Amino acid sequence: MRRQLLAIVAFLAAMALVPHLVGSEFWRNWVMMALFYALLGQAWNILGGYGGQFSFGHAAFFGTGAYCSAILHVHYGVNPWIALPAAGMAAGLVGAFIGFLSFRYGLRGSYFALVTLAFAEVLRILANTVPITGKGVGLLIPLDPGAANMQFADRTGYFYLILAFVGLALLLTLWLEHSRFGARLVAVRENEDAARALGVDVFRTKLAAITLSGALAGLGGSYYAQLFLYLDPGIAYGPAISVEALLVPIVGGMGTLFGPLLGSFALHGVSELAKLAFGEAAGLDLALYGVLLVLMVMFMPNGLFGMGRTTLARLLGGGRDA
Amino acid sequence: MLEVEGVSKSFGGLRAVADVTMRVEEGSITALIGPNGAGKTTLFATISGFLRPDAGRVRFLGRDIAGLPPERICRLGLARTFQIVQPFAGLSVRENIAVGAHLHRPGRAQALAHAELIGRQIGMGRMLDQPAGALTIAGRKRLELARALATDPKLLLLDEVMAGLNPTEIEEIVTVVRRIRLAGVTILLIEHVMQAVVSLAETTWVLSDGVLIARGSPAEIAADPKVVEAYLGRGAAARLAGREGGAARA
Repeated sequence: MRRQLLAIVAFLAAMALVPHLVGSEFWRNWVMMALFYALLGQAWNILGGYGGQFSFGHAAFFGTGAYCSAILHVHYGVNPWIALPAAGMAAGLVGAFIGFLSFRYGLRGSYFALVTLAFAEVLRILANTVPITGKGVGLLIPLDPGAANMQFADRTGYFYLILAFVGLALLLTLWLEHSRFGARLVAVRENEDAARALGVDVFRTKLAAITLSGALAGLGGSYYAQLFLYLDPGIAYGPAISVEALLVPIVGGMGTLFGPLLGSFALHGVSELAKLAFGEAAGLDLALYGVLLVLMVMFMPNGLFGMGRTTLARLLGGGRDA
Repeated sequence: MLEVEGVSKSFGGLRAVADVTMRVEEGSITALIGPNGAGKTTLFATISGFLRPDAGRVRFLGRDIAGLPPERICRLGLARTFQIVQPFAGLSVRENIAVGAHLHRPGRAQALAHAELIGRQIGMGRMLDQPAGALTIAGRKRLELARALATDPKLLLLDEVMAGLNPTEIEEIVTVVRRIRLAGVTILLIEHVMQAVVSLAETTWVLSDGVLIARGSPAEIAADPKVVEAYLGRGAAARLAGREGGAARA
């Protein structure tokens, strides 16, 4: 635990230097977006990686967080800093609702994945029809730069904000790995019947996980709204976010502390390389993600982090947990 | 400590357990035996809350527990193992046991320390850091026992923890089970290994086709013609008696 904590601090410190050391605006931006997707991946990882419940609809939480903070700000004049925790809570509630329905009736595996996908789609259609979201036209957040407004004229502010969120997600995950709740969540992933026989309330454990995971993704949504100052139903609730959220930890290593971080940087590195090689063809990144997903599942089921650990252990002469 | 009263459980047209009434005294080791398909595991699942009985009552420490979910029953102090072992394959042995230890120990450090203690008691001291998925069948059976024991149960239901083990391993588990009882845990076990039943159990209940057909000490049970017939077929007891009689005459 000490070593992991040190690694987190070292990573955050190194990242904190990026805005000062990296001269190129493009690369600073690239790191920032990699951190943003790492946050979504961390959120997914709590439910999917540690809990074994694969969601295909994390956009439901992301979009709810984004819309909640934007609507509170635009229609009700709530300060974005105050809207932020509200966005997290709203997204957590959506998580609890979806979790209550699907776990109460024992949905697992692909059935659970389909339900989450369906909820994200329902929310997208809903956002397209109710006036408060601005329907299909979208919702524009008025430009009013200032830290008090969670808007930064200089991107450095946004950089540190997402870094703080990622730090929070890492610490939360670290706590998870060393808590009773985390131990029970992993037990539920490994074998539900055995967990129940040992006194684990499977329903409540899963419900807590999806609430936490949803709340974290909601914070990501709130951040996104403040960064781009524009939302529409396709951005907020579309499948792109759901796919990113699950691909990042799958590539990096599900159920590991640093997997989503590693996955996000790797995935977006590859995606940039593909753009260099093939130009900006529409939909290319999604096609690439599909191929990557298949390859990862086939050849590296433990992700980059898992493979790194195994290789390292082998290099060090058959370490204990190789 | 445990009273089962008129419990029945059917699957479709099959009556797996029919009107079973039995009891387990506090501090005892009680065995439940019977041919394959007799309904022993179904009865266990009904007692531990994995199945809801169609009829009858299950009283544990004076409280009706029939229909409660397994996690609640476990919290009351009744833990079970699975005949078909159910390890948390991706976790180490220590982490597996710690899940059980967490029931009454919220702190991670205490749970892991207790897991280590239990692991050593059960003879898994050297396997603590191995992934559970890499254990042999004997190791997995032990792990089932260790995990259940880590929940600090008052009553432990053991479902064939000795099946598939060699005689040395059986001897080791018998010692372990005896030690667990000495520590104050009541034990009800399903077992086919008669060597273990004879050396452990004070009382044995025999289940056949979902019905209890006999009860007594292991020696009484072995001499009961109904029990012999349940295992070997109708008329077997008479034929055996006849052969022994014939041998005596010759």
